[in-house]
Amino acid sequence: MPDNKTAFKVVNQRVNKLDSLGLACGTAEFADDWNPPRMLIGRLLYSPHAHARIKKIDTSAAERVPGVAAVLTYKNTPRIRHTTAGQGFPEPSPYDSLIFDDKMRFAGDRVAAVAAETAEAAQEALSKIKVDYEVLPAVFDILDAAKDGAPVIHDEDDAKNIPDAKHNICAAYALDIKDHEWYSTADAVIEQTYKTQYAQHCALEPHTVIAYFDADGRIVLRSSTQVPFHVRRIVAQSLGIEVRRIRVIKPRIGGGFGSKQEVFLDQACAALLLAAKRPVKMELSRKEVFVSSRTRHPAVIRLKTGVKKDGKITDLDLAITLGNGAYGAHALTVMMCSGSHTMPLYQAQNNKFTGRTVYTNLPVAGAYRGYGATQGFFALESQMDMMAEAIGMDPVEFRLKNYIKQGQGSPIFKAMGEGREGVEQVMQSCGLERCIEEGLKASGWREKRELYKKQAGAKRRGIGCACLMQGSGIPEVDMASATIKMNEDGSFNLLIGAADLGTGSDTVLAQIAAEVLGVRHCDILVYSSDTDLTPFDVGAYASSTTFISGNAVRKTAENVKTMILSVAAKILNEKPENLRLEGGRVVAASGISCPLSEVANTSLYYHDQHQIIASASHTATTSPPPFSAHCAEVEVDTETGAVAVLNYVAAVECGTAINPALAEGQNDGAVLNGLSFALTEELEFNAAGAAKNAGFRGYKIFGAYDTPPIKTILLSTYEPAGPFGAKSVSEIGINGPQPALANAIYNAVGVRLTEPPFTPDKVLAAIRAKR
Amino acid sequence: MTAVRKTAKAISLTAENGIFSIEAAVNGVRGSWRVGAEDTLLSALRANGWKGVKRGCDTGECGSCTVLVDGTPELACLKLAVSAHGREITTIEGLGSPAEPHPLQEAFVEAGAVQCGFCIPGMILVSKALLDKNPEPSETQIRHALDGNLCRCTGYVKQVEAVRLAAGKIKNREVRRAGQ
Repeated sequence: MPDNKTAFKVVNQRVNKLDSLGLACGTAEFADDWNPPRMLIGRLLYSPHAHARIKKIDTSAAERVPGVAAVLTYKNTPRIRHTTAGQGFPEPSPYDSLIFDDKMRFAGDRVAAVAAETAEAAQEALSKIKVDYEVLPAVFDILDAAKDGAPVIHDEDDAKNIPDAKHNICAAYALDIKDHEWYSTADAVIEQTYKTQYAQHCALEPHTVIAYFDADGRIVLRSSTQVPFHVRRIVAQSLGIEVRRIRVIKPRIGGGFGSKQEVFLDQACAALLLAAKRPVKMELSRKEVFVSSRTRHPAVIRLKTGVKKDGKITDLDLAITLGNGAYGAHALTVMMCSGSHTMPLYQAQNNKFTGRTVYTNLPVAGAYRGYGATQGFFALESQMDMMAEAIGMDPVEFRLKNYIKQGQGSPIFKAMGEGREGVEQVMQSCGLERCIEEGLKASGWREKRELYKKQAGAKRRGIGCACLMQGSGIPEVDMASATIKMNEDGSFNLLIGAADLGTGSDTVLAQIAAEVLGVRHCDILVYSSDTDLTPFDVGAYASSTTFISGNAVRKTAENVKTMILSVAAKILNEKPENLRLEGGRVVAASGISCPLSEVANTSLYYHDQHQIIASASHTATTSPPPFSAHCAEVEVDTETGAVAVLNYVAAVECGTAINPALAEGQNDGAVLNGLSFALTEELEFNAAGAAKNAGFRGYKIFGAYDTPPIKTILLSTYEPAGPFGAKSVSEIGINGPQPALANAIYNAVGVRLTEPPFTPDKVLAAIRAKR
Repeated sequence: MTAVRKTAKAISLTAENGIFSIEAAVNGVRGSWRVGAEDTLLSALRANGWKGVKRGCDTGECGSCTVLVDGTPELACLKLAVSAHGREITTIEGLGSPAEPHPLQEAFVEAGAVQCGFCIPGMILVSKALLDKNPEPSETQIRHALDGNLCRCTGYVKQVEAVRLAAGKIKNREVRRAGQ
């Protein structure tokens, strides 16, 4: 097996994404692109109040609307508390959600659902549902929510795993690893509070699910999900039925970024199917996606750090409060990742982390690309620049002195996992120093740092950097498996539960299989995912697919290879150990060979007949981090406060990039999402807690014209635990733009911005405050 | 009875029970469609099987539903289906197929510009209209043309490359044709 990239034939090659031609021709099918006959339209009624109890609800007029087939409320649906977080079982999120409840916890919480012949009939029925609310006091601020006397959002007695419901605390965790008395050896101590905002994923395909019965009356859910197996389990749980009654099909997915790791629509749609006994489609509108799907957890982060004059970080104390909105999806794990995915980047002597996640009467937060690390890195990487300045050291030199190097570990890894204890790990691969070098070179960092020291005029330029890490899957939790079977023509079916949601994982996994089997990636026919047909995989989250599913595919392909060689040994009259797979053939050391089709036909039709097929599973004992260095160059208009990004360079090392073109695309997209998260994106609410800008007109994400130049630089390392040396790449890039831009703005105009997005009014106010 | 007038050429349509019968060509096939007065072109196209037209927002903000109406990019979610009467509509399916892709479709694949692919039909159609008018666009012109088509997966880097690559492919194809 090749263990260095020069020997790769399919891996590390820029092959075309397997599904891209169908997507470019409009023939690839997303969830709503195939509809069963006699399909009804399902629609939801939402609470106008941020906090209220339903005193009375009357659906009789709605039920009489012509064309209405079912109306569901808390009265006629199962009341089984569950979490909508599509995580492994048992989920580390509180069980605080019902399909429908009689208590509304945010403006946008759901009251009822209707299935009708047409969207118009469904809409009319919704308007005829009479609800009598008892409006309750609401709390929106995440710090106020945890105070004594704040309205209690989850006062129900059947919720589980809420650590302190009376104080609206849905997750809490603390860690203190002390080497010496806190701050006793520091030459400078810096304390700063940062605040990050509500944001939405904005996948272009809205959440969609179509529920129908198969011929035997089983429930089939055709769902735009990142987690088909978790959908099956959570829908079964929330309806109180057996897993075997449900089949989940994941077609092409139009992006997810974490929002489709949530199981909130599927159970409502399945309930409508059971009530109406006809196929039902639920497709969220864009406004519903903004308000009633999921968002990024807003956070308040207080960072207190100590540093010695020689550049050693003595103390690192991160205290974070995250807002989960009305329900606690991913409450504990996002909070823990804000420390576990950031603090190990630097070798501080004392480490302390205090985290809590609180309920508020605002939209629900959930998994979002970066998963807490985004919030944590904004604070940490801003503070790295402040510490460097405090001791008069170059910010890059300061980072180079402290970052985790190959062969080093961190006590954080062992102490903090995702919702539980972590695993010990020592870096087997770390290319951060090369990322920094290449990033500085490509951005002209050193020259520009000098050049921008002396500036005059209204427009000032600056350049800033940030260093980053993430993980590759959840060690000792995530499991993936694969099945490969061989066909007569020497092609292979690769069946995987791994959920390609537009990331290109089908292609990456095909490349891994093809590398082992000595064929082209297009000889691998990939099918993902269908809970009836493909083996288990936790799904697409935690940057796990390439690393964990990739290893499952590699192992499966090796098992298939062994079977092929055993058949070929008889055909060629050679020992299996003298055979190799190459160019679609089995080749012997002696030079004789036979095509794979001959092996397949022999096994299927002629001799010792059997299907060449294998399955294998993989869990990981480590979560090797990818590393990245970002450099941002900005121009700040000191008269208007407008920040223009002139250039953005992101150097990233993800071990072996299985497909460099796809890895670049992942990083470009993560960076762009991070840029608008830094500059424009914020879901805003009025005084009653209703979203003010739930649409692309009011919530600005960048288009092609206003996107600044982004350059991704991929650097190789070789991670021994990864398939062909690979680590993850999909999330890390989103963590950089907020701190890199904050540092660049500071470099340009000398003001430290701590509350993104860095809109002109905030920048201008900071500039004026400084004068 | 409701009447709809088209400004350029006065055409009046009559409805029976709220349903209009319109004549339109979709991807080169002329036919008669029955559409409701309030049906959008997006709904009508999807209901008639043209699923390559995507619904991303339904409010004219994302560009996923872009189609060509007489060669001009239009947001199908903002147009009434009746307005297609007498028009030629091109959806992504009308450009090419996996067996015979259009150079733009090939270029988007080869440049690695397709990630989730939901926004891609709209982007390709906008690019088609651009290249029809301007066979050698600058990067700024490409970015300007694509600006109404939001993509959340990419940084638009490879899509700009794809349009450039397609421009080259189309030019070469024309040179080859001229030489034949």
